[in-house]
Amino acid sequence: MTEAVFYIFAAVAVLGAAMCVLQRSAVSSLVWLLTTMLSLAAIFVLLQAELLGVLQVLVYVGAILVLFLFVVMLLNVDALQQYSRGAVSTAAAVAIGGLLLVELFALWRYTPSRLAAELAQSPQMASDLALAFPAASANAEAIATRGIVGAVAAPMFQTYLVPFEITSILLLVALIGAVVLAKKRL
Amino acid sequence: MPPDLLGPALALSAVLFSIGTAGVLLRRSSIVLFMCIEIMLNAVNLAFIALAQLHGVAGQIMVFFVMTVAAAEAAVGLAIILVVFRHKQSVDLQHVNLLRG
Repeated sequence: MTEAVFYIFAAVAVLGAAMCVLQRSAVSSLVWLLTTMLSLAAIFVLLQAELLGVLQVLVYVGAILVLFLFVVMLLNVDALQQYSRGAVSTAAAVAIGGLLLVELFALWRYTPSRLAAELAQSPQMASDLALAFPAASANAEAIATRGIVGAVAAPMFQTYLVPFEITSILLLVALIGAVVLAKKRL
Repeated sequence: MPPDLLGPALALSAVLFSIGTAGVLLRRSSIVLFMCIEIMLNAVNLAFIALAQLHGVAGQIMVFFVMTVAAAEAAVGLAIILVVFRHKQSVDLQHVNLLRG
């Protein structure tokens, strides 16, 4: 059941990304990108990251894509001539993308079953996945006791407190920078 | 804990990242190029979340930081596109050639 839902959302995500690249009009690209983001949010929920699924909808779809839409409307991009590159560049782009895809498909091999088989072959190590990945069982336990929000928030405000504060400075800098850049006269 | 979806999730991440890369190379409109970069960032986020099932919740925290940086990047990048448009009356990257010798 979970797998069927995953594959449906995965197909929608790939379709949305492909159409985002292929559509001529910027607004169409944006709406297809929105489809991709929403199906990725659903996939995040399936992968036990409910908090990030919600954040994906709020931050990406609610903030970033709306910002894109504002700029597309503001500049009236669709009225301008839009075309892709020449035939040679197109072929090169598709070739580089395909090559990258082949390379990244090596990630397929990183599956727990293969890891379990490797562990079973080595006699000194247990073939138990929970022993091979102590973080995973600790993670599941934390989620079971505190819920996903607590399990994510506790390390964020303890172990990763300094990066979290630096992030707030980054957002402030981006805010000021965007205003300084976009305003005609300060 | 069912990490059965790990392989398919990583494959989906690879496909989305490749589509994003091809889009960056293919398109000339700087706004669509930015959208393709967002696709690539989302593909990486998906890989982080899939692997967080095995390696603990730190992967999910990393995704949180990636989202924050993406928001900051979109704000500044779109402001830059706005300035270039004001200067050139175009978002076509082919027309942005001030640094060409």
